[in-house]
Amino acid sequence: MGEIIKVGMADLKTCVSPDGLTTLGLGSCIGIALRDPVTKIGGLAHIMLPDSTAMRSAKISAPKFADTGIEELVRQMEAMGARRNRMTAKIAGGATMFSFQGKADMVQVGLRNAEACIKKLKEFGIPVLAQDTGANYGRTVVFFPETGDYIIRAVGKPEKTI
Amino acid sequence: MGGMNLENISETYMDVLKELGNIGAGNAMTALSQMLNCKVDMRVPQIKLMEFSEIGEVVGGEEQIMVGVFLGVEGDITGSMMFLVEKSSAKHLINKLMMGMASPGDEFTEMELSAMREVGNIITGAYLNSLSVITNMKIQPTPPELAVDMAGAILSVPAIKFGIFGDNILMIQSQFFDEIEIDGYFILIPDLDSYAKILGSLGMPID
Repeated sequence: MGEIIKVGMADLKTCVSPDGLTTLGLGSCIGIALRDPVTKIGGLAHIMLPDSTAMRSAKISAPKFADTGIEELVRQMEAMGARRNRMTAKIAGGATMFSFQGKADMVQVGLRNAEACIKKLKEFGIPVLAQDTGANYGRTVVFFPETGDYIIRAVGKPEKTI
Repeated sequence: MGGMNLENISETYMDVLKELGNIGAGNAMTALSQMLNCKVDMRVPQIKLMEFSEIGEVVGGEEQIMVGVFLGVEGDITGSMMFLVEKSSAKHLINKLMMGMASPGDEFTEMELSAMREVGNIITGAYLNSLSVITNMKIQPTPPELAVDMAGAILSVPAIKFGIFGDNILMIQSQFFDEIEIDGYFILIPDLDSYAKILGSLGMPID
């Protein structure tokens, strides 16, 4: 059994099987898990916002956004020997934790995060094999590059694997 | 509000924001004490500017189950505010409020959730009211929303709001206790231009 590496909010990490990756308590954020099935290299990014180009700030922290986070994760995995054309993706998170989040500037940031991830992955030609997004509860995820299993835990719900 | 961001905010401004948090939390505790009809003590609030990855550790782990009350702030300043308390502490508060008639076990009934929402409403109202008095600005809360979930998931909501303009989150932690210790957290999230308004109203304009 390998080690399970923890990924924080607005952070990303890579690993090689038998190690795994986890991120705890995803709310409106999204956990994007990428895997190269041949080299068994995996990566997990915990993104918070959909789009870095909408930001005014000059300094951008890559893992915070769906677009730059996916770019950076793919780059790091390629540097380890993974190939983009073999990569597959699974995504989870993007909940709406409070119902009035639907208002004003917070227009369903969870939903927009999920859409932005799918769009960016499509641009990279990385197929999304499975997703568990939306609804109104938090998720803890564990990803194993060995099998590609993406385990999702939520409060008061049975564990599931996508 | 051109170049303003939380990272380059000066020590003096930070002290002012801390003091505001202190006063706000103090008033919130007084309101809580009146509501529960018992003495509630509070430690000196801690104010932290944290990176997103540190958030979970502060509240005892991302998977710690907490009750979060979230409301919008409207009026002369805009933004949002959150009050967070650990699940068993929330149960304790509700039990006090319902004169010991809370349901056994750790789940919450509809009625208890509604009571908790009201607790959140009253104490955040007291918090905002004191800010309104000090700054002489109109500050009103919107009706509260409540969630019982993992701390990380609940905190992702204010974190995302901070994430829009920076890489840090400003959090005011106030630990309070009656006969048992309860950790409570207030997170005031003014929109970026509201920071300048708050500081300006106190005679500290940002250039």
